Amino acid sequence: MSMNTDNGFSPVLSRRGFLAASASAAVLFAVGGFSCSAKTSSSPLGLPPLPYPENTLAPVISANAMGFHYGKHHKAYVDNLNQLIKGSEFENTPLEKIITATAGKEDQKAIFNNAAQSWNHAFYWRSLAPKGGGEPPAALKQKIEASFGSLDACKKALLNAAVTQFGSGWAWLVADSGTIKVIQTANAETPLTMGLKPLLTIDVWEHAYYLDYQNRRADYAAAVIDKLINWNFAAQNLV
Amino acid sequence: MAFTLEKLPYSYDALEPYIDAKTMEIHHSKHHQTYIDKLNAAVASYPELQIRKAEELIQTLEKIPENIRTAVRNHGGGHANHSFFWSILKKDAAFKGEIADAVVKSFGSYEKFKETFASAATTLFGSGWAWLVKDGGVLKIMTTANQDNPISQGKFPLIGLDVWEHAYYLKYQNRRPEYVEAFFNVINWKTINDYYLAIK
Ligand SMILES: [Fe+2]
Ligand SMILES: [Fe+2]
Repeated sequence: MSMNTDNGFSPVLSRRGFLAASASAAVLFAVGGFSCSAKTSSSPLGLPPLPYPENTLAPVISANAMGFHYGKHHKAYVDNLNQLIKGSEFENTPLEKIITATAGKEDQKAIFNNAAQSWNHAFYWRSLAPKGGGEPPAALKQKIEASFGSLDACKKALLNAAVTQFGSGWAWLVADSGTIKVIQTANAETPLTMGLKPLLTIDVWEHAYYLDYQNRRADYAAAVIDKLINWNFAAQNLV
Repeated sequence: MAFTLEKLPYSYDALEPYIDAKTMEIHHSKHHQTYIDKLNAAVASYPELQIRKAEELIQTLEKIPENIRTAVRNHGGGHANHSFFWSILKKDAAFKGEIADAVVKSFGSYEKFKETFASAATTLFGSGWAWLVKDGGVLKIMTTANQDNPISQGKFPLIGLDVWEHAYYLKYQNRRPEYVEAFFNVINWKTINDYYLAIK
């Protein structure tokens, strides 16, 4: 089985993208980074391909919004990062290693921000799927019920985290040892540096929803949770 | 309710083409209103806070009851910052008055001031504000995250530029530098001069 066929996309999916999507999150980025470096030799950390065509998340997220979010914002984080690490100790370092090595260091804030945003966005695209929503696979659902009481309670917690994150940031479903939790992070902060295993994320920077929803972040987050959340991806990350 | 949204002293399209009417309308009638609603909710059981100005609340945040301090900081800040922002916007106002002299004296030239301010506003990561403040006797440029206001650090704002994405996304999308560049055409130096003289 693969989450790709489950979610009904494939046109832009490269073989490498397919492999990456099937792998765990950790491997995903090693593969994604490597595959992209083959295409753009000047940049060791490339912009990973979107796992589905830009227009397939509509009407929840429009193709126009996707175009800016992926093609401008995500790309800028990747480009900035490559600029910043050129000739530095991080030049040939995997993305996750850059993130953990620079986290919390005031003098490496720019590298951390751009590295973490590169990672968070790639993770976000995989947290969504054109025919997402619905129910998680049984094993994940069981763990969610054990942690939250019910799937509904988990979705409510995720929505609440998305809506109440003040300013720019992210809402996450994470695994903390055996427990499933919802957390929120500010700006570029990521559970990778907190000893937590990210399962899925929702971008709540205003750029993620402003063209489609303006100030109505709750409508965006509710629609994403309802119609786009890729529970299969979360389940794969849990393993 | 204690805190209410004031009408803008100009129409939503008054700052076109630098800041578009649709952005102004949503920014004022939705975002600013929401900060006010949430501030009112935060102080709902504190009548003594309801009669104060939002600026006063955030100036002495340490005096705000702990259970509502973050809400007052965020939403009181949001209310105060946006009220201040609307007040310093006007199209094509001349750069003159004592404030102009002070800016030139502090930064070397108007161009140098503009460059420093623009750099602060474009490089601020995430949501927040860029400010020209009076800190003791000196003019300074600084940034704050989210809805923090320099007044909470004992500095007096003279210019504040909202660089939350909601402030520019409909017109400029990811191009914050273009929004910041446009902002220099809508700075109301007359009002800012009044603020400067009042705290001088
Ligand atoms: Fe984003
Ligand atoms: Fe704003």
